[in-house]
Amino acid sequence: MTTGGQIVVIIMIMGGALSLAAGLIWVERRLLGLWQDRYGPNRVGPFGILQPLADAIKLLFKEDWSPPFADRSVFLIAPAVIFATALLSLAVVPVAPGIGVVAEWNVGLLFFLAMASLGAYSVILGGWASNSKYSLLGGLRAAAQMLSYEVFMGLSLAGVVVLAGSFSLAEIVRAQADLWYVVPQFLGFVVFLIAGLAETRRLPFDLPESETELIAGFHTEYSGMSFGLFFVGEYIGIITISALITTFFLGGWHGPLLPPLVWFLLKTLVLIAVFVLFRAAMPRPRFDQLMAWGWKILLPITLINLLVTGAVVALP
Amino acid sequence: MVFVLRSLWVVLQHMFRKRETYRYPEEKAPLPPRWRGRIVLARDPDGGERCVACYLCAVSCPVDCIALQATEDDQGRRYPDWFRINFSRCIYCGLCEEACPTYAIQLIPDYEMSEYRRDKLVYEKEHLLIEGPGKYPHYNFYREAGVSVGVKDPGESREEEPPVDIRSLLP
Repeated sequence: MTTGGQIVVIIMIMGGALSLAAGLIWVERRLLGLWQDRYGPNRVGPFGILQPLADAIKLLFKEDWSPPFADRSVFLIAPAVIFATALLSLAVVPVAPGIGVVAEWNVGLLFFLAMASLGAYSVILGGWASNSKYSLLGGLRAAAQMLSYEVFMGLSLAGVVVLAGSFSLAEIVRAQADLWYVVPQFLGFVVFLIAGLAETRRLPFDLPESETELIAGFHTEYSGMSFGLFFVGEYIGIITISALITTFFLGGWHGPLLPPLVWFLLKTLVLIAVFVLFRAAMPRPRFDQLMAWGWKILLPITLINLLVTGAVVALP
Repeated sequence: MVFVLRSLWVVLQHMFRKRETYRYPEEKAPLPPRWRGRIVLARDPDGGERCVACYLCAVSCPVDCIALQATEDDQGRRYPDWFRINFSRCIYCGLCEEACPTYAIQLIPDYEMSEYRRDKLVYEKEHLLIEGPGKYPHYNFYREAGVSVGVKDPGESREEEPPVDIRSLLP
């Protein structure tokens, strides 16, 4: 592909992700409303679809205040980090055959895992730099949670890598032309979905920002657009995780009749809706339950899954 | 694991339930008949003010939002010179209505009284006084009362006996 074409693709994917993230704010609130027998935002524009615009205008015109006791430079960098890492992980996702920023990259999967780990820094630094107790507690929780869940997030993908024989995401999707990996790697799929929820700090695992106990956790002290960056970063994280689940387990762009791009978007959007459904349905566990669930159940499952996958592939 | 899937399924089923929302400005929620909303001062069926400025409402008000000043006309009928309710403090508890001996102060089912300025929530007597008798259409305090303020003389009420001549020994 020419350089010009590549730039167009980059702009399209970035713009698409950003506008999808903005749209998600509306979609999530409408879906939550639907599942809670109410409407959600329905005043701004048709069906309230311009609500994110109103929110953005409000956030932009708010005072971006950083508390005097905060470590100012780190405080301001932290929300940018989560935004950047979430967007960067999207670069390795192949949205259609030949379309993707660096979809053919032979360490794409490792790059995503690295970006997920870097994303944890944003939350920890934000909680630390805020220099307040709620933020620090939120940051600590986020550190413990994201580090533990990254372990088997990576391990659950190892099965996929064993089957596909490549770290390149485009290669992994091509290897699923006949059979989506959700079938042979069902345990890996479940574990990756749960770990993805934990990585994006979505509701069953939103202990770092649990409103009931920690106000807003690591972003308690944030206001204005730096809060907005955390907010949009979370939604881009959801898009990224959904796109990656689609890529790793649901056959990426593969599907009958419809064009590949439509299949990819369709699967991603369904997964996003599942993420919202989790938020609508699940209560928040206690923190020790979260850690025990991760280390005592998910990690063994992943290891067994990897062992069995390796054995099946290795045996003739 | 099963309970997770079960609760996901239960929530998903709510997609097809009727929504509980009243889309407020267009569609209003039905109010209970005893809804306690805006406070009014009612008149008796003859059109006179019911309020006798006894201060019981002001005393009973837990948030001190009622203020008034009593005065009398030349026939000795008590009425409030001014009557002021600060609706930014009012909690719509209805204690003033319960305390009122003449059914003058009443809470009606109207709650749409938002304002952009706080001082507009302070209602004076001319805002509070309504034309009709409110919830008690036939009651007229001065027709039952023992004092004469030009409405009736003692002993002329429905079930009232003529005044006793205390200087006479006859029964």
